[in-house]
This record gives sequence, structure tokens and C-alpha cells, in this order.
Amino acid sequence: MPDNTDHESRKVVRHSLLTTRHLLLVLPLLFLVLFYFYPLGAIFRVSLTWDGGPALDALLRRLFGSTTLRTLGFTLGQALLSTLLTLLLGLPGAYVVARYDFPGKRLLNALTTVPFVLPTVVVATAFTAVLGPKSPLNTVLMNALNLAHPPLDLRYTLGAILLAHVFYNYTLVLRIVGSFWANLDPHLEQAARTLGASPWRAFVEVTLPLLLPALGAASLLVFIFCFTSFGVILILGGPRFATLEVAIYRQAIDMGNFPLAAGLSFVQILCTLGLTVVYTRLQGRLARPLDLRPRWVTQRKPRTASEIAFVLANVVLGAALLGLPLVTLAARSFDAGLRYYTALFENPRGSIFYVPPVAAVGNSVKFALGTMTLALLLGMLTATALYRRKQGWILDALFMLPLGTSAVTLGLGYLLAMARPPLALRGTPALIVFGHTLVALPFVVRNVMPALQSIRPSLREAAATLGAPPARVFAEVDLPIVWRALAVGGVFAFTVSMGEFGATSMIARPELPTIPIAIYRFLSQAGALNYGQALAMSTLLMAVCVTGFVAIESLRPPGSEW
Amino acid sequence: MKSRIVFVIVMLALLAGCAKPTPEAGPEAPRVLRVMVYDSFSVSEDVIARFEAENNATVQFLKAGDTGKMLNQAILSHDNPQADVLYGIDNTFLSRALNADIFKPYKAQNLTAIPVALHLDPDYRVVPTDFGDVCLNYDKAYFDEHALPVPQSLVDLTKPEYKGLLVVENPASSSPGLAFLIATIGVFGEDSDAEYSYLDFWADLRANDVLVVDGWDTAYYNEFSGGAYSEGVRPLVVSYATSPAAEVYFSEGALTEPPTGAVTAPGTCFRQIEFAGILKGTENRDLAEAFIEFLLSADFQADIPLQMWVFPANPNVTLPQVFVEFALEAAQPAEVPAAAIEANREQWIEAWGDAVLR
Repeated sequence: MPDNTDHESRKVVRHSLLTTRHLLLVLPLLFLVLFYFYPLGAIFRVSLTWDGGPALDALLRRLFGSTTLRTLGFTLGQALLSTLLTLLLGLPGAYVVARYDFPGKRLLNALTTVPFVLPTVVVATAFTAVLGPKSPLNTVLMNALNLAHPPLDLRYTLGAILLAHVFYNYTLVLRIVGSFWANLDPHLEQAARTLGASPWRAFVEVTLPLLLPALGAASLLVFIFCFTSFGVILILGGPRFATLEVAIYRQAIDMGNFPLAAGLSFVQILCTLGLTVVYTRLQGRLARPLDLRPRWVTQRKPRTASEIAFVLANVVLGAALLGLPLVTLAARSFDAGLRYYTALFENPRGSIFYVPPVAAVGNSVKFALGTMTLALLLGMLTATALYRRKQGWILDALFMLPLGTSAVTLGLGYLLAMARPPLALRGTPALIVFGHTLVALPFVVRNVMPALQSIRPSLREAAATLGAPPARVFAEVDLPIVWRALAVGGVFAFTVSMGEFGATSMIARPELPTIPIAIYRFLSQAGALNYGQALAMSTLLMAVCVTGFVAIESLRPPGSEW
Repeated sequence: MKSRIVFVIVMLALLAGCAKPTPEAGPEAPRVLRVMVYDSFSVSEDVIARFEAENNATVQFLKAGDTGKMLNQAILSHDNPQADVLYGIDNTFLSRALNADIFKPYKAQNLTAIPVALHLDPDYRVVPTDFGDVCLNYDKAYFDEHALPVPQSLVDLTKPEYKGLLVVENPASSSPGLAFLIATIGVFGEDSDAEYSYLDFWADLRANDVLVVDGWDTAYYNEFSGGAYSEGVRPLVVSYATSPAAEVYFSEGALTEPPTGAVTAPGTCFRQIEFAGILKGTENRDLAEAFIEFLLSADFQADIPLQMWVFPANPNVTLPQVFVEFALEAAQPAEVPAAAIEANREQWIEAWGDAVLR
């Protein structure tokens, strides 16, 4: 009875895997409870019992008043538009990254992630230089058409917000979809083509359905990012636009209206939860096991003229969209030769807050590596525990919440909850790593989950039947296949930490300043040298990140050719 | 497999490297005084070192965001304060701080050297440490080239010759933006039945194509045309009366004259006065009191101008040369009581938004 014994052994394997999965979840859940729900509960409790706050009915009237509804409508609308636009521009890029191999690809890949770490103030400067009234394009147009005023000024419009969101999030689509796509078997699409399908039909009916898990993951992340957008809205959108995040900040910080801020935060969290639950419910149905192929099978050099043109077009689009502002920034940091860089090393006024650039870089990198390690560990545990569970979608959605929660709310929650035992962590460097990890974790989970779900269960079962213990099955079957996804998740975790300023400015330690903190310090005073040093520090931030990305992606387990 | 283990160990080692070193406890270990400040606070190392030596103390500064963020953190954590002393509450936030009852009164001896006009709390819960004027700045080259007189009153800004020239900060998100809004309220009044209230002024400014941006750095660096590194095309901006001096100082000798000027005519500026106080719940009361005295001492007061680009509260300290030459004080800044600011802040900003943005 060969069938029966096979069935039995499968059952045993399944059962032992399931128990292990429960255990795997203990650590991530504990982390989520201690560093998300506990501080959130603390700030909500204090806010809602705040002395001198408005009466409940007055609060509810404002919370569901026309201003809030208008803000909510705009927040959702701009996030939707931004996500669609990012997908539209990012998908061809992801295709190119997935299918073609060309010189400089790795560096280009790394460069697309740089915007992610740049403070909005600095990006605004770059956008002004590229799109503003004094931009080269405007100068050309003014001369050519003999105009008295610059004809193009995108700033302080919805267009500027959308463009900035694409600038920041392009890399999410490129990397998440690109790395998943790279392991899809191109023969499927080729088979459809052989059977007479047009390239468009072959893409829509064969490739697109297979890509859906990665597309969904990328879209969700982009949407949540734009949904909680703060700096871009304030600085590039201007005062006519406000998202929920902006409204929460204003109520909590400028007006000191903690109850209303808490109410708005709650609305924001509910929206994130609703959206994420829809996604995680769908995710299980979208995902299907695939015959994945290593990259050396799926990628080749562009050969025909049209292929080369397509690759080039995408590189040029990426360069114009992302490269131009970045290069402008870097170029301007050399406006005074190396003076802005040498000035970083001087402290002529003997300020006690002088930040030696080496120390800032060191602190930033230490926090980022710590965040990456913790996020990868917890993310891998979470994804492994959840990817095949029927009820996994509820927990999966919970792990996404920190990303869609107002930074100022969470920051104030940390302030309250981490002040006394059992978690007297206020002012410790560890708390910064924990705070960053909370936001970085969703990136790892969203990257790893589709990869894990795409592995055929029969592969694991075969290994298990041959006598491999679960840990060995994981190391020999899962890990080589999800390594790429882990690397991409790691890059984003690293990046989230490098660029984070909002939430941690409340829990940061002044003796451990990071690069973003140094940049803000320079930008708060008038004078060419301050501005130049901010640009120099930003360029340094970009350089450190690119180095970090390339290094992270070069690390891979021996024998893994995926 | 091995390289992976090494990789993890390296990561963990780096993580451990972040851990806090434990301070060594000697027989006469200095006591720690924690001081909460806003992000742009700065002070010379040697000045603090003198205080530390005289009081056998270690001063730890805690930067806590901008003024609003810092204050709200202090209010929220009043049961278990993060610091012993809070530095940098200005008169736009003073009322909220006093209402929240987070300070312990202390009548500093050095207060006698500070002009009475700066004392805003009769109960000595806070002491004034410095002040700065939020004023219009202008691009000298633009006004020279166009032979345009520099505006000398707020009403001037609504005249056609200044159409499209001014950039201001959003009072909902910017401290100088709020200061300028308050200046207009001080000058025109808020009574909407009056002949010309601040909202009428702002409606006229809007008609005159005023540009509103999020914060000071965007306004000054991206929209204003006057600074040595300004990217913009508008020759009038809301900034500080000391900004021209900063332009000269941070040009490192490239400029001997500021490229910008500040309008300090009567009724055009708002004076931000900053205060420090001892937080309730401190366990270092005597040390905190010594620190308040130190903040008012000539040593610290003389250090203020070049570190923070505001004027020291004590008028008798020697100012640095660049301040003497190029930093101005507002002649008669607009006056609005701190209590009125706190009581009406939200309503003013809302009404302003309706008049200017929608």
C-alpha cells in the first residue's frame, strides 16, 4: 500500500511543520505587542482621558465633520493616483530588470533606492532646481519664446505630489516585482506566443496573473506609504493640501489637541487595517506554486534593436525621473569646490552639538545594520509562520499596521510607554533600533511571503520524506529560493532606518546623531555655508546607501545561483 | 553555511556595539543634569564645560524636535519627566506650558539684569533667556535694480508694486509663519466688524499674489531670491532680523555686506521671546536652579548670538562684531499677549486658512 504510507508520512510532516510554525510566531508577535500595541494603547489612553479636552460629542462632531471627510477623501485619492502612476512607470522597468542583463545594472538598481532615504526638504531643493522657475528647461523656454516669466512651474500642485511619490516609490515596484519576475519561467509566455497570442495578450493572460502576488505586495506598500505621506505633502504640495497624517501632526503638536489627534489616528489605522485585510485575504488566493527558474535561465543580454531600445528607454526614464534630481543635488554640493565637505570636519564656534561626519555616518550605519538584522530575523519568522496558514491573513494584516500608523502618534506613544518598567527603554539606542524595525518589518514580510508561497510544497515534502528535519528543509529548499527576496527586504529595512527622521526624532539620543539629524541641523539657519553643508551631508548619505545596497546584495549563501 | 554564520555574528556584534556604555561610578561622580532643548539649540562646548566644572555636574542635552514637539512631549510626560530643565519655550507657546503646570517656580538672582519687558511670567515659573524678531527680509539687488522702495509697513505689501514679490510660511506648520500672522493680528486686530481686520489684510495679500509655503527653509532657500544660496525668484520673505548677519558670517569672508536686508520699521515684526524653566518632578532641584542662574549669566548670554542667531536677554553682554554691524532689532514689534495667542491660535489659523488658501 504505497499510497497509504505516503499519505501518512505527509500528515506527520504537515503536523510537525504546523507546531513549529506556531512557535516561530512567538517572537514576532511579542515584538509587535510590546513595541506597537503597548505604546499605541498608552497614547490612546492618555489622549482620551486628557484634562481640558473637548467633550465627547464635540470631539465626534469634529472627527466626522466635513473637514475630516475632505481630508480623508484627498488622502485616499492622492494615494490611489500615486500608486497607479508608480505602477504604470515602474512595471516596464521591473520587466527590464527581470529579463535583461546589461552593464551597470546592479549600480542602477542600487541608485533607484537612494530616494527612499533622502529627507523631503532636500528632495524639495532638488525638485526646485529641476522643475522650479530657475530650472534649465524654463531658461531655455524663456529665451526661445521670449517670455518674461517662466512658463513651467509644477510646484505646489497635485502634480508635484504625484511626481514626488513616484520618485520615492518607483524602487518598490522595480525591486519587489522585478525580483519576483526574474524567477518566472519565460517559456510560459513564449509558449503562449507560439500558440499565436499577441505579446500583449500573452502578457495579460499568462504573465500578469503569475505576477499578481508581487504586484499586490508592491502596490500595498506604495499605497500605504502615500496614504501616510507627510513631508511631500507639506513641502512640495504646499499649504493647500493636507493628508490625515498632516492633520494628526497639526492637532497633536501645534494645537495640543490630543483627543482629536488620537481620533484621527484611529481613523487612519482603521483605513490601513481595512485595506490590508482585503489584500491579505486576496493574497492567499492569488498566490500559486510555480516552477521557478534561476536567473541565469531567465535573463539575457538585449539582442535585437527593439530590445536594446526598450532597455535604453527605461534606463532613460529612470534616469530622468530619479537620476536628474539626485545628480543635481550631488553636483551642487561641489559648488564651492570641496569647501562644503571640508567644513563638515570643522567646528569653528566650538558648538557642543557639532556632529563629526564620520560619527554621523557611523551611527546611521550601526542603527541601519541593527534594524536590518532584527527585521530580517523577525520578518523571516513571520513569513514562514504565516504563508500557509488559513487564518494567517489576520495576523499578516496586523504586522502591516505600523507602516500605516502616524509617526507622531507612535512617537508620543513610545515617549509614554517606554518611560517606566517593564520597558524603561526611553533614551536607549536599542529603542531606536526597535522603532525602525517596526516600520521595516512589513517590507521584509511583503518581499518574502510571495517568494515562499511560490515554492511547490512537493519540493519540501520530498526533502522531508527523504529524512531532512524541518530546519534542514528550510535551509536547503526554502532559503536558496527566497534569498533574493530576503536581500531586497534587507535593503529596504536598511534604507528605512537610514532615512528615518520623523518618529525617532522624539526618541533619539542627542549624543548619537544620525545623518538626517545632521542635515536638518544645517538647514535651520541662513547662509551659504549651512546650505552647502546640508547638500554635502545629503550626498554623503546617498553614497553610504549605495555602498550599503551593493554590499547587501552581494552577500548570498554559497551555492545559491538565484 | 559558515559564511552565513559569520555574517550573523558580525551583525550581532555591530548591534551589541550600539549598546549603552555604563558610566563609571567614582567616589565623587559628577551628578547628571538633563536639559531638554529644541533641535536648533546650540551652545559652545567650553561654556558648558565651565558650568560642569563649577558644579561637579554633567549636562546632558535632549533634543526634542521643534518647540511645539518639545513642549508637548514635556506635557505628556509630566508624571515622569525626561529632563530637569526645559529650554526654549517661546511666547507663542508660553501659555500652553504655564496652563499645563509643568514648571517649578524659581526666582533667579540673575533675573535683575534682564529688562522687565521680557518678564512675561510674574510667578517666576520661567525666565526669559533670549529674543529674536521675525521680520520681512528683502533682496537688496532686486530693489536696487528695479528702483523700488523697500516696504515700510505691512499695508505696503498690498500695493500693486509689490504684487507677486512676497513669500510667507504657513502659520499652521511654521514658527516664523505663526509669528508673522500674529504680527498682522497685532497690527490690524481680529475684530471682523472693524473696518480693516487682519483677515481683510490677508485677503488683500492673497489678491496681491502672496505665496505660502510649508516652512522657513523652503521659503528662504527655495523661494526667496536674496540669500547667497537662494534658488527662488521672490525678493521678499518672512525671516529673522538677524538673517542678514548670518548671510555675512556663513559666507566665510566672501561677503562683507549682506545681500539681504531686514525691515524693522514699527508694526512690521513680531518678537519671539524664549524662556527656560525647571520641570516639576526633578530630583536635582539645586543643580537645576544653578543652571537657570547660569543661563542668565554673562558667560552663557554672550555665547547665544553666534550659536542661535538671536539676541541675549541680557542687554549688557558684548555682542559679536557681525551682530553689531548687521543684526537689527525691531523698532516696535507688534504686541499680542501670550494668553490670547494660546486661546485663539487654532481659530486664527483656521480663519487665516479660509481667507488665504481656500
